[in-house]
Amino acid sequence: MTVAVDFRNVDIVFGADQAGSLKMIDAGASRAEILEKTGNVLGCAGASLTVNEGEISVLMGLSGSGKSTLLRAVNRLNVVSRGQVLVKDGDKTVDVVTCDEATLRRLRQKQVAMVFQQFGLLPWRTVEENVGLGLELAGVPEQERKERVQRQLKLVNLDQWSKKYAHELSGGMQQRVGLARAFATEAPILLMDEPFSALDPLIRTKLQDELLQLQAELKKTIIFVSHDLEEALKIGSHITIMEGGRIVQTGAPEDIVLRPANDYVRDFIANVNPLSVLTAWNVMRDRRDLEHGKDGWVWLDRRKTTRFKIDDHGLVAAAERDGKPAVWVSCADVEGQSEEAAQVFWANPGTSLKTVMLAMHRSQTAPVALFDDQSRFVGAIGIRDVLSAVLRR
Amino acid sequence: MDPISKFFVSYKIPIGEWGKAFFTFLTDNFNTFFRGLSGGLNFLLDGVVDSLLLVPPVLLIALIALLAYYLQRSRGLAVAVFFGLLFILNQNLWKQTVETLVLVVAAAAASMAIGVPLGIWAAHKPKVYRVMLPVLDLMQTLPTFVYLIPVLTLFGLGNAPGLIVTIIFVIPTAVRLTHLGVVSVPKSIVEAGEAFGATKSQLLWKVELPSALPTIMAGLTQCIMLSLSMVVFAALIGAGGLGTEINRALGSRKIDLGLEAGLAIVVLAIVLDRMTRIAVGGKK
Repeated sequence: MTVAVDFRNVDIVFGADQAGSLKMIDAGASRAEILEKTGNVLGCAGASLTVNEGEISVLMGLSGSGKSTLLRAVNRLNVVSRGQVLVKDGDKTVDVVTCDEATLRRLRQKQVAMVFQQFGLLPWRTVEENVGLGLELAGVPEQERKERVQRQLKLVNLDQWSKKYAHELSGGMQQRVGLARAFATEAPILLMDEPFSALDPLIRTKLQDELLQLQAELKKTIIFVSHDLEEALKIGSHITIMEGGRIVQTGAPEDIVLRPANDYVRDFIANVNPLSVLTAWNVMRDRRDLEHGKDGWVWLDRRKTTRFKIDDHGLVAAAERDGKPAVWVSCADVEGQSEEAAQVFWANPGTSLKTVMLAMHRSQTAPVALFDDQSRFVGAIGIRDVLSAVLRR
Repeated sequence: MDPISKFFVSYKIPIGEWGKAFFTFLTDNFNTFFRGLSGGLNFLLDGVVDSLLLVPPVLLIALIALLAYYLQRSRGLAVAVFFGLLFILNQNLWKQTVETLVLVVAAAAASMAIGVPLGIWAAHKPKVYRVMLPVLDLMQTLPTFVYLIPVLTLFGLGNAPGLIVTIIFVIPTAVRLTHLGVVSVPKSIVEAGEAFGATKSQLLWKVELPSALPTIMAGLTQCIMLSLSMVVFAALIGAGGLGTEINRALGSRKIDLGLEAGLAIVVLAIVLDRMTRIAVGGKK
């Protein structure tokens, strides 16, 4: 995997007394202490984070946690006091902190595009003139610019609106213009600073879906700032949680939900619906932890209602439910199945917990079996596993 | 008088003397320069006035009405301008009006040409603005008569000193409104420009100035109105035009002449104001 953006021990301090503040950061002082002593505001401290190409890395935190500050270091809208921000620039890597003005401008025009919370559209320009801004600044000839702009407008379904002024559009449409403007430069790295926070919930969800669809096609590297954990869990391939300017935890979405690093993160996830992140893999009991009977039979649940007979290759040879032979059916078909007692559903590790629960519901709380890609039995989920995952106990 | 107060009046700080010495120094050493400048400006202004007076008044009035239509796309305005100016012609004040018009337009144009760059500079450098501010206050509040005298000694009588006096009075407005316009460009769109790699000059021309344009144009309208308010003073030092008529009416207590010239100024003011009101907001 190629690294697209690499933050290395980034400290950002706003104010005159940089040296004094950095010394206090080294001593582990908090933001409040630094403010009181030096009058400077700590933006972020000791932030190290690697963002790989093609992933959506979400920076999370309450307002003032330093998430936007860190994001804006990538295109030097915020000046880094100490540390490195390495950005992939074609075949080489550029340290944004130390590069010269010309290099920075080229990065901003061609490598790193940005989407803003307040859209940042120029109100006296039409939609197409706004989308073409980055290309215009980079000196792309008008003909080529027009073609590229039209292409982007089609991509975000705004080609009907190209001659309208930005203020004539709804908030959701304005942010689509913002997206199109960022895509138009064809920069591989996209910075999104709470892009959907100013929108109402329905539009927000819709734009999140659109972003994910576009991302599946375009495969950008996206650094996304959000204060909404549901949003982060939905779109992030990695989530970084920040507090008071420092990174508290970085990990995959389910890592954050299942293994919060401290109380701050725990508070954060307290109101998150675990069904939106957890998969069968996160809650299953491994086959080695299940209770084994004679002749290769394995009990799937603690109540011993259901058992599988596993052959030497790890495949299922027979199934029994409540002492009677049973058939095993995929969770994927759960909607179409009639309710029969002698069914055992199976799932893949990536199946969402929600689907697993639906299968349990359909089969009178029978356990759900998990198979890997080669149809080998890997584990099972009983009703108690689901309950403890949902209740986080 | 009590002794303490007496102490304070015992020595008068010779501000007036210093100022006089400064202007004597200027007239003694740079007389040719100032007279040359004055002569050049007079020649230019008179030339424009004379050539405009060569055009038959009704034709010129029609052309101005056409310009009004071109600027504002309003037929009603064009008609109003046409009849307003015809009224002035009817009052037999056409020559004076053209003189005033040329002076006002020249003063406003010069003020914008100097004031807008200064305003942009001040907006980008807060320190510059802090230094500039008291000077601007001085230029706006110092009673006009006070600087009529030195301007008169430096430039002599005529249109040129009238123009200079008007510019001094009007520039602060151009600077202030430009400064206001550029300073109040929303931070989000400046950042958008920066984030997409704008150079300093691209940022100025493609983001800051278009965003500040309505305020700057309001500044232009203000400059024209303030220039008009100066015509009576400018006339005191020899600038011709409607101001001269008003001064003459004042001197000879002619109510009728004063009223006629006064109304002509009002009509001119309304015409210029409506013509230069920027249509930015109305652009659909």
